[in-house]
Amino acid sequence: MTLLRFEHVSKSFPGVRALDDVSLDARAGSVHALLGENGAGKSTLLKVLSGVYQPDTGGLLIDDRITTFARPSDAINSGVAVIYQELNLVPELSVAENIYLGHLPARAGVVDRRSLHARATELLRTLDESIDPGTRVAKLPLAQRQMVEIAKALSRDARVLAFDEPTSSLSARETDRLFRVIAGLKSRGCAVLYVSHRLEEVFRVCDCATVLRDGKLVQTFQSLGGVGHDAIIRSMVGRDIGDVYAYSPRSPGAELLKIHRLEGLGLSEPASLTVRAGEIVGVFGLVGAGRSELLRLAFGAERATGGSVHVDGSAIALRSPMDAIRAGLLLCTEDRKKDGIVPILSVQENINLIARRHGAVGGVIIRDSWERRNACEQIRALGVRTPSPAQAIRNLSGGNQQKAILARLLSEQVRVLMLDEPTRGIDVGAKSEIYAIIRALAERGVGILLVSSELPEVLGVSDRILVMRLGAIVGEFDRSNATQEALLRLALPPSS
Amino acid sequence: MLAVLGILFLACSLLVPNFFTIQNMQGLVLAVSTVGMVSCTMLFCLASGNFDLSVGSVVAAAGVIAAAVMHSSGSVTIGVAAALASGTAVGLLNGVVVAKARINPLITTLATMQIVRGAAYIASDGKALGIGQESFFLLGNSAFLRIPTPVWICIACFVTFGFLLARTVFGRNTLAIGGNEEAARLAGVPVDRTKIGIFALQGLIAALAGVVLASRMTSGQPMTSQGFELEVISACVLGGVSLTGGVGRIEFVIAGVLIMGIVQNAMNLQNIQPFYQYVARGAILLGAVLFDRYRRRQ
Repeated sequence: MTLLRFEHVSKSFPGVRALDDVSLDARAGSVHALLGENGAGKSTLLKVLSGVYQPDTGGLLIDDRITTFARPSDAINSGVAVIYQELNLVPELSVAENIYLGHLPARAGVVDRRSLHARATELLRTLDESIDPGTRVAKLPLAQRQMVEIAKALSRDARVLAFDEPTSSLSARETDRLFRVIAGLKSRGCAVLYVSHRLEEVFRVCDCATVLRDGKLVQTFQSLGGVGHDAIIRSMVGRDIGDVYAYSPRSPGAELLKIHRLEGLGLSEPASLTVRAGEIVGVFGLVGAGRSELLRLAFGAERATGGSVHVDGSAIALRSPMDAIRAGLLLCTEDRKKDGIVPILSVQENINLIARRHGAVGGVIIRDSWERRNACEQIRALGVRTPSPAQAIRNLSGGNQQKAILARLLSEQVRVLMLDEPTRGIDVGAKSEIYAIIRALAERGVGILLVSSELPEVLGVSDRILVMRLGAIVGEFDRSNATQEALLRLALPPSS
Repeated sequence: MLAVLGILFLACSLLVPNFFTIQNMQGLVLAVSTVGMVSCTMLFCLASGNFDLSVGSVVAAAGVIAAAVMHSSGSVTIGVAAALASGTAVGLLNGVVVAKARINPLITTLATMQIVRGAAYIASDGKALGIGQESFFLLGNSAFLRIPTPVWICIACFVTFGFLLARTVFGRNTLAIGGNEEAARLAGVPVDRTKIGIFALQGLIAALAGVVLASRMTSGQPMTSQGFELEVISACVLGGVSLTGGVGRIEFVIAGVLIMGIVQNAMNLQNIQPFYQYVARGAILLGAVLFDRYRRRQ
């Protein structure tokens, strides 16, 4: 039974047709995958569903009636819940208060705590979750917060639940939990929409799939049985992308980066490693293994308590990122939104943020011609898709924001580039473009230190792989003898 | 905002008697010159995601210090220098506390606002300090090409800080810090130094405004410029500066300053009581930002 249907939905923004005549069903007891590259229109579709955006034409068919949600509360009242990557919880309130936020059980305006906790406990039990409803949400790990968010949706009698990249920060075990909960939702007769870039998961948890590209519906797979990954990827990118990593052996040169017994917050023992010119060194580890911390310490973004970092034989002062930047050591951080982009500034401003001192008169007065030229050159070289350099960077898709960040770093004379999860939340097409950029840099003799929690990525691009576990480097593999099993076995904490 | 300014100016010229006369125009620009000077540096402060409530107190204290030091040293130069140095010192203190100790700028400058105001009362024993140096009065009361000197100083500030914001690394860094401080830090922007610099400049310009005001009043008055900081912030907000940082353009701030000035001037010409003027100013601020939000949604 169809609970909700998108009927010929179209939505335009200045310069982009984000959704173009898209129709699809959310059926009771079915998990429907929404696939597509970044910028394909998945987020827009979810925002139409949650009442954040109103479609230009078309609408939502619920109970044989076409409507549009004018505001998020309309969606909630119609039994629709969208669970975003950034969860919508109030950290300082308790689990129970969050679940019933907006409809707290109360008598004469005074919250009835006993009934609140009883009802929250009951609701959480249906999700197999035993959190104390009085706990502050801020104290919960992300996976449990997600459960709270699901409970919140169920407290509103949601029949249609949409998940936006729900597993991007979950461990394998937490992912299994979530999938069991999704299966439970299915058997209760809910309709689930599932947005993810991880095809393996889609095949595990979804019944059918719809692929979007450039705002248009490309194909709906009514059943995923017998459908191959390749068929879906082809449909997503509209072309065969072949081997996204396209690895070819290089011959690395002299030692370029040396991290020697580096100590600091997040590392459990001193860390040492080297990267040679033209070499791509992968660092694999699970979340919390200290990978990002290692890079940030080496970059001077956090204060190191011991050890040294050398570029081309000379030690760099680890006082501030500027010391590393001057030595040609650059860092592309893990979380674009938090510490990568300056959202309200233009693409040009974002690209020139580091390197503009080279173009400025006396390093002080900006030269407009240089700024424009550098931005345009970098936009072209890295294939950043933007209507103009003056466009605010927040209007770009994730993949293009990432390319703009790389453009910012590559405006400098890069000797060693450290990349922290450079393809997180980025679609297949943009991923392969970013791998191509990394390869081209290595061929030019730049040393690359790449941190990733995706095994295929680490194995696909690296010449050499280091494994981190619980704040320490615990092993090293050459490309030739590295396997997924070996890396994972080393990365997993010893079971106690 | 430029459109609002244009319409307002035309309407006042047509409807308010004696508005569009040379004499009134001179008075109008002279009246807004103090707010104008300080709004330049307030623009930087707000654009970097910060806030400064201490400027009104600095204006008053700078006048008192200038008067006191001129009286004891007999030198105009030393008096002015002492006032400017004290203002800069207050700004530096604000900047260091905000940038290094990471105290919220609102709280920091709320504290220094009261400390500095108190210091001004203590130094002057709560009374206006008369100034004997005739040459000092030229600063506030002379004119060049029929435009009063304080207005020239204000124009110089707009030109200087407009250039700083749009055309220097310092200015662009200011906007980047306001837009995403952590991203700016990781891009090698000297965040702490830039913030301290912004607050120090703010103190310096507020002190300059205070010295000019003392010259116009021929005395240093500790009780002057109460609520001045809110006038300056209002003018900036009218000029479209975002209180969350990252957005700001000097030409719009100039428009904001002039809108405030025109409204006040027109009300004075119409003999509207000062009590009503407060209400009108607040209403205009609210109306202008609502209008701006409405226009942006279109």
